[in-house]
Amino acid sequence: MAIPKFETFTSGAVPVEVENIDTDQIIPARFLKATERKGFGDNLFRDWRYDASGQVVATFPLNDPRYDGQILVAGRNFGCGSSREHAAWAIADYGFRVVVSSFFADIFRNNALNNGLLPVCVEESFLREIFDEIRRDPHAQFTVDLDNQRFTIVSSGHSVPFEIDAYKKRCLQNGYDDVDYLVSISDQIRAYEASRR
Amino acid sequence: MGKTLLDKIWDAHTVRVEEGGRCVLYIDRQYIHEVTSPVAFAGLERRGIGVARPSQITATADHNIPTENQHLPIEEPQSRHQVEALAANCAKYGIEHFGVGNPRQGIVHIIGPELGFTQPGMTIVCGDSHTSTHGALGAVAFGVGTSEVEMVFASQCILQTKPRTMRITVDGELRPGVEAKDVILYIISQITASGGTGYFIEFAGSTIRSLSMEGRMTVCNMSIECGARGGMIAPDEKTFAYLRGRERASQGEAFDAAVARWRELYSDPDAHFDKEYHFDAADIAPMITYGTNPGMGMPIDGTIPATADAKALEYMGFKAGERLLGKPIDYVFVGSCTNGRIEDLRRFAHLVKGRRKADGVTAWIVPGSKGVEAQARAEGLDRILADAGFALRQPGCSACLAMNADKIPAGKYSVSTSNRNFEGRQGPGARTMLAGIAVAAAAAVTGRITDPRELFEF
Repeated sequence: MAIPKFETFTSGAVPVEVENIDTDQIIPARFLKATERKGFGDNLFRDWRYDASGQVVATFPLNDPRYDGQILVAGRNFGCGSSREHAAWAIADYGFRVVVSSFFADIFRNNALNNGLLPVCVEESFLREIFDEIRRDPHAQFTVDLDNQRFTIVSSGHSVPFEIDAYKKRCLQNGYDDVDYLVSISDQIRAYEASRR
Repeated sequence: MGKTLLDKIWDAHTVRVEEGGRCVLYIDRQYIHEVTSPVAFAGLERRGIGVARPSQITATADHNIPTENQHLPIEEPQSRHQVEALAANCAKYGIEHFGVGNPRQGIVHIIGPELGFTQPGMTIVCGDSHTSTHGALGAVAFGVGTSEVEMVFASQCILQTKPRTMRITVDGELRPGVEAKDVILYIISQITASGGTGYFIEFAGSTIRSLSMEGRMTVCNMSIECGARGGMIAPDEKTFAYLRGRERASQGEAFDAAVARWRELYSDPDAHFDKEYHFDAADIAPMITYGTNPGMGMPIDGTIPATADAKALEYMGFKAGERLLGKPIDYVFVGSCTNGRIEDLRRFAHLVKGRRKADGVTAWIVPGSKGVEAQARAEGLDRILADAGFALRQPGCSACLAMNADKIPAGKYSVSTSNRNFEGRQGPGARTMLAGIAVAAAAAVTGRITDPRELFEF
């Protein structure tokens, strides 16, 4: 079953300049009760977007009309904590296609890649440069080029490479899905099982 | 060069390696629960495929369920729906399911070892980050996302990059009053909440060896709280003794043959670890956290570091440089996959015996499984607790993540034996301080943050 193909794009970005954003902040546990995968974007960063009385927190970047785009930029150690894939679903469902940080938690990184959401890991100094650029111009544009594995600040032309393993890159480029792949090699898996008996 | 314990188990389960290094890793056992499985089952449905190896999957309901009146239908409709969906999916695909009320039901990471499903040398996954708990028995066990749950349903394999290896060695005798939870909170406070990211940890050293199986599970449970994929401890005589006679472990000669194989599961003396840490048990005191991630911990009698994160302190209502000792608390939670085993309940009951719960403190004592609950009652722990003003509830994840009704109100302080102190983890606005059983017991009977060494005899 295909995931959307990932193609090069240029967009604005939404900055959440906080470190150690855990998956409980991305999507609190009380919103994990659905049995279908839909609508999680409404509760993305729920307790930061809305206060205890349900009022919009105007200062939170997702509520700030100056910011717009398909790129979420966040502080280091993004996605730590719970393994809930709902975090990746919420970010993707909200409309983001890329998360940029200087460090990603392992399980989140896998969950994101399995949903066509690209985690772009950059040096801490470059991450600051991105935040500075958005402060200078909230509408600043950035280009994400998966084929050449480059992230570019459009105004300055400053471009950095990012890592992604070859298998996952191919999956994103072609919209492949791991389950389909594993089912396609089931003969090898059954042979492995037989070899262990 | 020799192999690490991780290498031995991982390599033996690698079906093939993809370009770029991802491994097709065979999974011996998958545990599932109601929260992270429904979308994976729906995926199978959409693809029109079935579950490849239902006999290698074990299901239980734990995250959403109430911890009182479990004989009644779950009131909250969404929680009830998730729990019912799990039962229906398991029936449809032939997966063994321990639902609410079943004598084998409990928190997934408590029942796996307790029933003998979890064994040395296995690969184990679950859609829950605390799957690392099972590493205490010498298994490679780690949390996965729902897409990966579906991969295992469909093929009994997942695609996974082999983590780097880290060994954390703790040597020496623990000081009086210090327990397994303090060891792991201390380690995380030293290496930070992201210090283990990208690694799989092997815990070693005389201190780790001296821990009971329950204590080892507490340590491995929180491996994810420093970012590690998992944590494990090489199996030894304690491990074998723990498993012998357990319901789903092999029995008799077959068990002895298994033990002979399990004795090969250790890191070779010349094995290389990508990173090593050494700690001295004498440096570890009863611990407590002051902030909003598990790495923000300190000795119970310490002061909040001057460099502590300002956003975290604002949320907690604390100031840098101040002590926590003497601060009033509102809630105490004993339970979770971290500290919900029989030994934890024994320790808590032993410490509060002959004392009274402080007025104004709400305490939730939640066994990790029906098995733990039955054992606690058989040992009379429920009566000791009742005499001290505490009630033993029914098993589930409870206030660890507050998906059920066990929520800490906004602004209230909770001393919790669980694993996460993130903002809102125990309920929106709740302020969580993580600690071990002794610190929780001391807080419960005094109503304040109290050094258990000043209150109890160890």
